[in-house]
Amino acid sequence: MWQRIRLEPSRFALHLAVLLIVAMWTLPTAGLLVSSLRDKNLIATSGWWTALTTTVRSVQTRTKDASAQVEQDGVFVISGNLFDGSEEGTGTVAAFGTRVAKPDEFAPGSTASYDDGRSLTVNADGTYRYTSPVKFEEGRGQRVFFMTSVPPRFTTENYSNVLFSQGIGRAFVNSLTVTIPATIIPILIAAFAAYALAWMKIPARGFMISVVVGLLVVPLQMSLIPLLKLYNASGFLSKTYLGIWLAHTGFGLPFAIYLLRSYIAGLPRDLIESAQVDGANDFKIFRRIILPLSFPALASFAIFQFLWVWNDLLVAIVFLGTEPDKTVLTYQLNSLLGSRGGNWEILTASAFITIIVPLIVFFSLQRYFVRGLLAGSVKGG
Amino acid sequence: MTMQLFSAFFTVLVGVGGCLAYFWGSNALLDVLLPVSARNDDRSIRNLRLQSTIRPWLFLLPALILLAIYLIYPVFQTLWLSFHDKAGDAFVGLDNYRWAFSDTGFRTSIFNNFLWLLVVPAACTFLGLVIAVLTDRIFWGPVAKSFIFLPMAISFVGASVIWKFVYDYRGEGQEQIGILNAIVEWFGGSPQVWISMPFWNNFFLMVILIWIQTGFATVILGAALRGVPEDTLEAAVIDGAGPFKIFRRIMVPQIMPTIIVVWTTITVLVLKVFDIVLTMTNGQWDTQVLANLMFDWMFRGGGDFGRGAAIAIIIMIAVLPIMVWNIRQANAERKGGH
Repeated sequence: MWQRIRLEPSRFALHLAVLLIVAMWTLPTAGLLVSSLRDKNLIATSGWWTALTTTVRSVQTRTKDASAQVEQDGVFVISGNLFDGSEEGTGTVAAFGTRVAKPDEFAPGSTASYDDGRSLTVNADGTYRYTSPVKFEEGRGQRVFFMTSVPPRFTTENYSNVLFSQGIGRAFVNSLTVTIPATIIPILIAAFAAYALAWMKIPARGFMISVVVGLLVVPLQMSLIPLLKLYNASGFLSKTYLGIWLAHTGFGLPFAIYLLRSYIAGLPRDLIESAQVDGANDFKIFRRIILPLSFPALASFAIFQFLWVWNDLLVAIVFLGTEPDKTVLTYQLNSLLGSRGGNWEILTASAFITIIVPLIVFFSLQRYFVRGLLAGSVKGG
Repeated sequence: MTMQLFSAFFTVLVGVGGCLAYFWGSNALLDVLLPVSARNDDRSIRNLRLQSTIRPWLFLLPALILLAIYLIYPVFQTLWLSFHDKAGDAFVGLDNYRWAFSDTGFRTSIFNNFLWLLVVPAACTFLGLVIAVLTDRIFWGPVAKSFIFLPMAISFVGASVIWKFVYDYRGEGQEQIGILNAIVEWFGGSPQVWISMPFWNNFFLMVILIWIQTGFATVILGAALRGVPEDTLEAAVIDGAGPFKIFRRIMVPQIMPTIIVVWTTITVLVLKVFDIVLTMTNGQWDTQVLANLMFDWMFRGGGDFGRGAAIAIIIMIAVLPIMVWNIRQANAERKGGH
């Protein structure tokens, strides 16, 4: 019993430590998600962690102009609601004023008088009554300053804005067009090659496997310039989807072959030999036995390649170019960061759209992802 | 939009279909050209032998061609280009390398890359090890690990936006909307422009990569730790070793090979890091790194391929020891197993 009591503080510290680490790892992303759903004025004036609290904000607006006046009992009256035409739509007036320096001079319900005999009454719900002993003449309404408490409010308009006005929707489709074939093609090519390197009789098999392992770590930077020259010279590959699929396939192949070969080589020998005895050729064995059995490894690689291609920026810039009709999400996001650097409502919503697909893939297929990581990394460990 | 979706779908279909057509077509063609009948006559036996000589190459051919074009040829071509001028016409000897080592931009990049190599793999491995050990002892460990692992799915560009928002700066007196400056103010400090702070801004960029890669280290090292035999741990407990001693003396040495794999994998990644620097600072305020500098020279003023290639070769040289080590490990493993 005493042992249990003695241990408790350290258990508590352990839970607390892990909680703290998890918080550090999730807060940045949480900030992005929360902000992308907030009103753009609120994002710019208060921290996202205050999103659930009511904030007080000073607003400047105008009454309606002279054309809205009516004559009542000998006085001219302009009436309306201060929230009409403002971005909030509705709200509560906490205080109002007639000068910019003192937006909280008068309590709601009270009347502010001007020197020329005019007076302004503003109620808590925003309705106002602006009166004058003589006819209003000026073309613009009177300026009014007021403090309003803004209740927590979430909106999806940032998303509709970036999807349809900032080119994110189009980039999303482009990203899919790049990613889907660039995931499927290397799987096919690598699976065939992996089977050949694992089970078929070919000269220099060991050498080819060594080359694949060596190519695993060749930096992409080595390939960029020669391929750019090659693509420009070829004409038909430059800035096309075919060109970028092949590039992603080429760059993904070493890992794909490495991962799939070690998996396929581990399949039971009896299975393949008995199929050979039955007269099946290698193509049939591959289709009927190897492919179905390798599903876990194929899924692992598919997730890797999907994430890698979807998240890639470098290959897309170099091989697909920067023409607006073909840019992918990562490029679009990067250029928004340049042109809309301060507009966090655009950046956060765009960033969230770019990361939502990988997050879904990741969470639904995490098992395969982890398995692939382990198979791809723990060599002899 | 619908037009675009339709053409995207069609493009995808053509790409994937073409690939499938090759494998099915070439194998079917082989069966037709070299028929094998059930009767075991000479021709069938000869055709069967020919088939099994040719078929592996049908399987391997696309992969070999792509690897040759996209990775092997470029290595030699880049090496060749690094000894030539900006258009690749005239031989200039070692001029590009001589230029590199006298260029201040390059020196800054090398220095920063060195910092990244020193900090990021070490931080990821250390944090990964600590988190793996901690989460292994609590019931909600798997959930905690999922959350730490999650940034791995996020692109470098997306992560950069996330962190740029964390580092956001508003002048003193204004309300801070970046959480880091808000915390600093809460503790009574004054807000800072983190990403243009000389020297230290490098570390603020590194945080992003550490944030992304720690999950990777956690998963791999966690699996390795679970493979440490129970009896060695029990023996240590009986000998009266404390938890820290067990960790340092028993667990770490046993998973050393895995630690090396994690370390080298992240090292290779660090050498290629490009997106984070491009997105956060584009190399301003002395944050340039080799990969971004290379990209810069590829396109700057029409592109200087000689200098770009020289920088690529220098990155490659840094990766080379890891490459040799990997090949030797893989060969040893293959001779041991299959």
